[in-house]
Amino acid sequence: MTPVPALDTQPMVALPSFPVRLRLESVHVDFPAANGPMRVVDGIDLDIRQGEFVSIIGPSGCGKTTLLNIVAGFVKPSSGRALLDDAPIEGPGPDRGVIFQEYGVFPWLTVRGNIEFGLRLAAARVSGAQRTEIVDRYMALMGLADFADHHPKHLSGGMRQRLALARAYAVKPEFLLMDEPFGALDAQTRTAMQDLLLQVLATEGKTVMLITHSVDEAIYLSSRIVVVTARPARVRTIIDVPFGYPRDEAVHEDPRFALLRAHIRTLVMKEYEAQARQAAATE
Amino acid sequence: MVHGTFALLKPQARNPAARIALLAAPWLALLALWYAVRASGLINPSLVPAPHAVFLKFIALAQDRLALDIWMSTRRVFVGVFLGVLAAVPVGFAIGWYRGVHSFLDPLINFFRALPPIALIPLVIVYFGIGEAAKTAILFYASFFAGVIVMVEGIGQISPIYVQVSRTLGANDAEIFAKVIVPLAVPHILTAVRVALGVAWATLVASELIAAQQGLGALIQNASSFFQLDIIYVGIICIGLIALAMDLALRAATRRLVAWQDRIA
Repeated sequence: MTPVPALDTQPMVALPSFPVRLRLESVHVDFPAANGPMRVVDGIDLDIRQGEFVSIIGPSGCGKTTLLNIVAGFVKPSSGRALLDDAPIEGPGPDRGVIFQEYGVFPWLTVRGNIEFGLRLAAARVSGAQRTEIVDRYMALMGLADFADHHPKHLSGGMRQRLALARAYAVKPEFLLMDEPFGALDAQTRTAMQDLLLQVLATEGKTVMLITHSVDEAIYLSSRIVVVTARPARVRTIIDVPFGYPRDEAVHEDPRFALLRAHIRTLVMKEYEAQARQAAATE
Repeated sequence: MVHGTFALLKPQARNPAARIALLAAPWLALLALWYAVRASGLINPSLVPAPHAVFLKFIALAQDRLALDIWMSTRRVFVGVFLGVLAAVPVGFAIGWYRGVHSFLDPLINFFRALPPIALIPLVIVYFGIGEAAKTAILFYASFFAGVIVMVEGIGQISPIYVQVSRTLGANDAEIFAKVIVPLAVPHILTAVRVALGVAWATLVASELIAAQQGLGALIQNASSFFQLDIIYVGIICIGLIALAMDLALRAATRRLVAWQDRIA
């Protein structure tokens, strides 16, 4: 493995004094399969501190989404612990907003209806006026104001993804768990959404876990990158991103960006190769 | 909304005259076929009353008993379908949603669903007598089982992602039911009503075998004993037209209520 030359490994956002909010402790996950339980996550230890932006990157089908599902509360570890502020994660909640790969926008509600859905719940405790203000703000932020009274069937895939984002942002969760949220977008919109995310984080301060296939995206957005192995998922390596916040496009020009990209690409490619060998071996 | 290439599959006439022509076309074709069958002699012409003869009979009956017959039958269908769907929605929901309930009730439902209402008439007479209750019971029976099947399938195919999303936004169980499940169930409830209505009209004649004096089914039964084919035709056509009118009204209501659905047609 080629050593990465002279990277500043001081995380710019989450200083060691920031408390650990999320902790995965020796987490193993087995899923039932045709011929016995299939190990999907194999002993993952991961601490995420307040304010960090952690990207998880690895080959397709390696178990990244399962990791996100554990933190979201949809899956319980088969062994090991998943802790939020030292308490085991029991289930989903509005403190951990999730952006699903399949968007899940509510088809029976308009754009406005979707975004205000979380704000109309008992858990939200916002007044009608506040609600309108919040909805208008995020609708404008996502560029959906012109479609306020349209149903999702009239929206393109990219617009539905933006709607899902607005809906999640509106309830101001402390944590954002994003499963390839920008995958369906064209390059232009993708960049715009990435910048918007950074903007929202700058004003609202969240802790983010992002699953992505794009090394560029991971480096651009994150403070730390976790490279995960082919199934069963283990931590291959954790890389600190040397850039501070707020970030802008200029970061792409920084020579360290290219170095990081090359390094991480190599690691991920090795995992894809391992996965291919695995597949060949089982045939 | 007519999308792209699918527009080719759904001819839409521009001007009102063409639109009316398109709507009338199938009926005119049927009428032509009717005359043709008579003229061809494929079936003995005395066994196939002419359309104009049926029409004249319709006029005669309309001045006599037809209005009452239509009212009685329509009311029976209405009540039977209303009660049947009212019971089918919660039962169908429970079966579709709770695995335990599904395992327990599903085989029973399928057993009773297969029984033809006509076969049950003797039992219905024994338990309900020969009054309105008996006739309504048959229609309730037919509507209920038709509705339950639609509800079970509909609820079963609600995608879990909407429930997951609503949980991550902070919804509790009651909110998930009222704000997510119910809106998603509405299209299926409407389909259940449509199917139940169709089944009920089809079962009407059987239900009116239970000593009905008035009703379209009674009209048909009566006429068949005296081999009055033209009256039989009037009765059948009335049933068909009323059922069609109800279905069209329901479809229009559905389009309004479920405008958000992304559909081919």
